[in-house]
Order: sequence, then structure tokens, then C-alpha cells
Amino acid sequence: MAKLGEYEPVVGKSVVEELFLLAGHLKGRVMQHVNSTAVGGGVAEILNRLIPLFRDLGVEARWDVIKGDEEFFVITKKFHNMLHGRMEKLTKEDIEYFEEVGDFNLKEINFSGDFIFIHDPQPVTLIKKKAEVGRKWVWRCHIDSASAESSLWNYLAGYIKDYDAAIFSTMAFSKDLPCRQVIISPSIDPVSDKNKYLDQEFINRVLERFQIDKDRPIITQISRFDYQKDPLGVIKVYRLVKKRVDCQLVLAGGGATDDPEGQKILEMVREESKDDPDIHVLLLPPASDKDINALQRASNVILQKSLREGFGLTVAEALWKEKPVVASAVGGIPLQVVHNYTGLLSHTVEGTAGFVKQLLQNPEHAKKLGTNGREHIRQNFLVTRHIRDYLLLMLSLEKEGDFIYL
Amino acid sequence: MGNRKKAQSSFLFYTKLDLVEALGKKAKNLQELLGFLKEVPSSSIYFHTHRYLRQHHFLSPEPPNDFAYWARGILGDKLLAEKLFSLDILDFKNLEELRSALIEIIEGYLATNPESMKWSVLSGYEFHFAKSITFVLPLGIEVWTLEEFLEAMKKISIHSLYFHMFDSRLRLGRGENDFSLWLKGELEEYELAVKISNLDPYTNTMEGLRQKMCLLIVKKLHG
Repeated sequence: MAKLGEYEPVVGKSVVEELFLLAGHLKGRVMQHVNSTAVGGGVAEILNRLIPLFRDLGVEARWDVIKGDEEFFVITKKFHNMLHGRMEKLTKEDIEYFEEVGDFNLKEINFSGDFIFIHDPQPVTLIKKKAEVGRKWVWRCHIDSASAESSLWNYLAGYIKDYDAAIFSTMAFSKDLPCRQVIISPSIDPVSDKNKYLDQEFINRVLERFQIDKDRPIITQISRFDYQKDPLGVIKVYRLVKKRVDCQLVLAGGGATDDPEGQKILEMVREESKDDPDIHVLLLPPASDKDINALQRASNVILQKSLREGFGLTVAEALWKEKPVVASAVGGIPLQVVHNYTGLLSHTVEGTAGFVKQLLQNPEHAKKLGTNGREHIRQNFLVTRHIRDYLLLMLSLEKEGDFIYL
Repeated sequence: MGNRKKAQSSFLFYTKLDLVEALGKKAKNLQELLGFLKEVPSSSIYFHTHRYLRQHHFLSPEPPNDFAYWARGILGDKLLAEKLFSLDILDFKNLEELRSALIEIIEGYLATNPESMKWSVLSGYEFHFAKSITFVLPLGIEVWTLEEFLEAMKKISIHSLYFHMFDSRLRLGRGENDFSLWLKGELEEYELAVKISNLDPYTNTMEGLRQKMCLLIVKKLHG
């Protein structure tokens, strides 16, 4: 289990000391997180890392997962897509069933935290319990909701308004809401299997296992198989690059239990790539963090060609490994990729391919972007900053004012 | 001969941590920007004129305020961006003066370029107003002499430096940075205090600023 002391060599002693100082003001408090999946996807990953660290700080942290069947998750996947601005057919029956499952979970979960953090729309209706149990309630939105479909947003806002605060990953996702709106970017964990240093021997073994040639350039996108991550667009990019540079493409990712669309997209990707042995489509099981780490470290360029993105933690992971990144200018990605300084931002298949070629043929420029990228992540997107923001939010829910002396 | 004077009152180092809060107000054109500029709390004016320094304090200086960045990068209005960029924040004693100056620049610009009032940005590119909630914590470092002050300056976090240089002057309305106030008031180091006051924290990185301050103190101590 990770301890905060492990982070000192990465972020500096003063940053870790600051966290203990802040946590000292929250001694004895309990934070309770509720989301919809224990494995797969960014939310479960962040909670898995954050919870032991809060405990190390002396702040008790608990985590509950709501129960839902396939029908429920098909409905919430529609929510997810609609919050990203995609059209979906949402029926009155869908909403009724969504609320029914929410009411079932109201009885299942013991709401014992002083601060209750509800993650994303799936468990949003649990706020109904506030009238009975009191406590401070926070809704954490991990989704790029900037272009959310308005009727769905208005429906959800009917619940969100009752929270004490809502958290968005970037300012652009914030809304016109009567409750406080705090901006907290997600983060990556530099000492986790996904991001820690790996020696070249281990990396080579992983490449061998997946039959990837270590002597030719590798372009990689690590993502769930999701329409919004545009894996078919990535294949198009690769084909344009391949005309000029003999390279390989790795499309690797896992599935999430709350994403029933994934299998369909994976099949489309496999169909599209079946005739090209240089395209490696890898569906990775949940415990593949070290393999993902190795694939990122082995890559010459990392892509994140998302059409929509909540934040895009895979970009931060790549930058932390000093990799040159070409990523779409959507969601939270421009916060991580400052164009031409920490990576390159693109808007089209052709533009992405052009940038990839540029980076493959100019390794010095690529290296400089990677070096800047790592420093940018160190300063702004590591888990220690994330913990700090959560501690500050809890303190701000207990103390009033814009200037608070502790 | 360096200053060996001991202060009557010590200097206590504090640090600060910020939580960012969106205000739910977004401007799609200059007219809306101007309207919100007039009504947002002063902590929002502070946030948008100092955020870049905080987030990119390790880089060479970035565009110093969000208004200039938005005018240049999103509106594509280089002339207005330059006017906003060149605002010398050290000239202002408090945030209301700074707010008035920003308003004056935009109003002046709109008066001479009325057509720019019509330009609206696409959805998703609006200017989002936010503010910081600032938490101030004692670092447990207390100094009485210039030598002790120098040693502390070398090891405090960038956030501490930031608090004593920016927040105390503009947000707490002290009119000057904490370091200069103490050096002048307690150690009678008038010249050093002025030199530190004149360092421009808006065109230095925080590390660069720390190095320059330390160098000034070393010179004073050792000639």
C-alpha cells in the first residue's frame, strides 16, 4: 500500500509536509466515496490510489460501489454519451428505471461519512438521503460536460443543486448552478505500477510477449475501446504516417464493467486492422498496469486522438514518461498539452498524422517536448496535488470566506 | 560590514494553498467580459491576473494574465492583448485599482474599435470567471536577523514566496511585499527593501525571483 513518504523524492519534502499539516485540521473526519465501478476506467483507478493515501494522512476514507444491472448501465452509458454532446434516445422508462435503481442503492449503502463524494451521474440520485442524514455532499463530475445535451443536464441539475459543492475537472466544464463549483484536475500517481520507472529489460520482454518489433518506431494510443477515443481515427492516422515512415501501431486498453459499448467498438477495430500485422490491438485485463507502463515507455510517439475527453489521464501518464504526445484539443487535454511546449495539439486526422511524422523525424524536438511535459505534470498533475485539493475542499466546507487562516 | 542587527519583532514565514472555484459566469465577447469584470469579487481579479504565475512558475514567464491570454489566443485580438499584457501590476496598490485599470483598457479599446464589440467566440471558448479560496498556514520558520532571513529564503517553498510577495501586497492590502516591510521596519535595511520591492515578480519565474533576492541579501551581508 502506497505511503506518502514514497512521494518525497518525486515532489519534494515540503509538498508532503504541507499535506500532513492540512490533514491535521481534518483529524477524525471520514470521507466516503461512492461510484459505479470498482475496476476499469479512470474513476476507479483514481480512487484506488487516493484512498490509502488519505488513510496514511489520518483521514479515514471509505469507498462504496452502487449496484446496477446491465439495463441500468446501458441507460447510464446513454447519459455519458449525452453529457459528451452525443444524441441518444432516452425514454421516460429509462429515467424511471434509473431512479428505481438509485432508490434501491439508497437502502443498500450506509452513509456514514462526514463528507460524501458522489462520482459521476450514475449515483447522483443518492443526494435524496441528505435530508435524512445531513453531512456535506459533493458531486464529482469526471466527464467533459461542456456540450452536455440540455434536457439531460437540466434533469441531473435537479439533483446536483442540492449538493454542497460540485467538482469539475476544468473551468470549461462548469455550469450555471446554484451550488459552489470547485475546479479540481485529476492526477496520476508517479509511484504506481502504471507510472513508476521500468528497466529496459522488462520493457523488451513486454514487447516480445506482444510480438512488437522494438527496432521500428512505435505509435501508441492507450485507451478504453470507446467511440469517444476514436480508435478508428487512430488507424487512419497510422496509415497516413506509414506511407512515409515504417512504423507500428499499438492500440491497447482494458474494458470497464460500466461500459457495455466497449465490445462492439473493439470488434470494429479488430475488423479494420485484421490485414495489417503492424497494428497491435491489445485488450488488456485489469491487472496490466506494468504492461501499459512498458508499452508507453517503448513508444516513440503517444497519441490521444479523443473526440471528447473528460481529462485524458493517459496524456499525463505519457508526459510523465517524457514522451512526445500528439493529442486532440478537447476536454482537459489542452491543460496538459501546451502546444509546442509540452506536446502538440491537433484537430484532424491529417493534422495528427503530420505532427506524428514531424516528431518521428525530429527526435531532438520530440525529446524537448517530453522533458517539458514531465515537469509540467510534476508541478500540476500528480496525486499529491489532487489530495491537497480534496483536503482544501473539505476544509472550505467547514470554514467560510475567501481567505482562511489555519 | 553586513547587518548584524536583531529585529524587535521576528519575521514569521507563512505559506498559502489555493482552491479554485468557478463563478458560473462566462463571457463570449468583450462586452460581456467588461460587464462581468465590473461585478465579480476582487478575488476573481486577483485569480485571473496571477494564475499563470502559479501554474507555470517553473517556466519562463508566460502571458501574465488570463485576459491578455484570452484576447490573443481566443479572440485573436493582438492589439488588445498587448495592451492588457503590458499592464504593470506593480503600479497598483490594491485590486480595485487594478480592476479599474483593466476596465479602462477594455472600454478605451471598444470606444476606438467599436466593431470588435460584435465578435463572439464559439461555444466552448468563452472566458470563464473563477476565484481562489486561499488557505494560509504558518511554516513554523521564524527569523530575527538578516543572516537567518537569507537561510530561510533559500529553503521556503515557492508557495510561501508567492504569499509574501503577491497576496500580502494586493489581497491583504499591505501595499508592499512582506519582505520589504520587515527589512525596512525592523532591520532598517531601507535600500535592500527598495531593491526587493523593485524586483519585478511578474516577469521573473519564482525560482528566478528567489535567486535574485538571495543575491541581493548576500551582497548586503558580505559586500
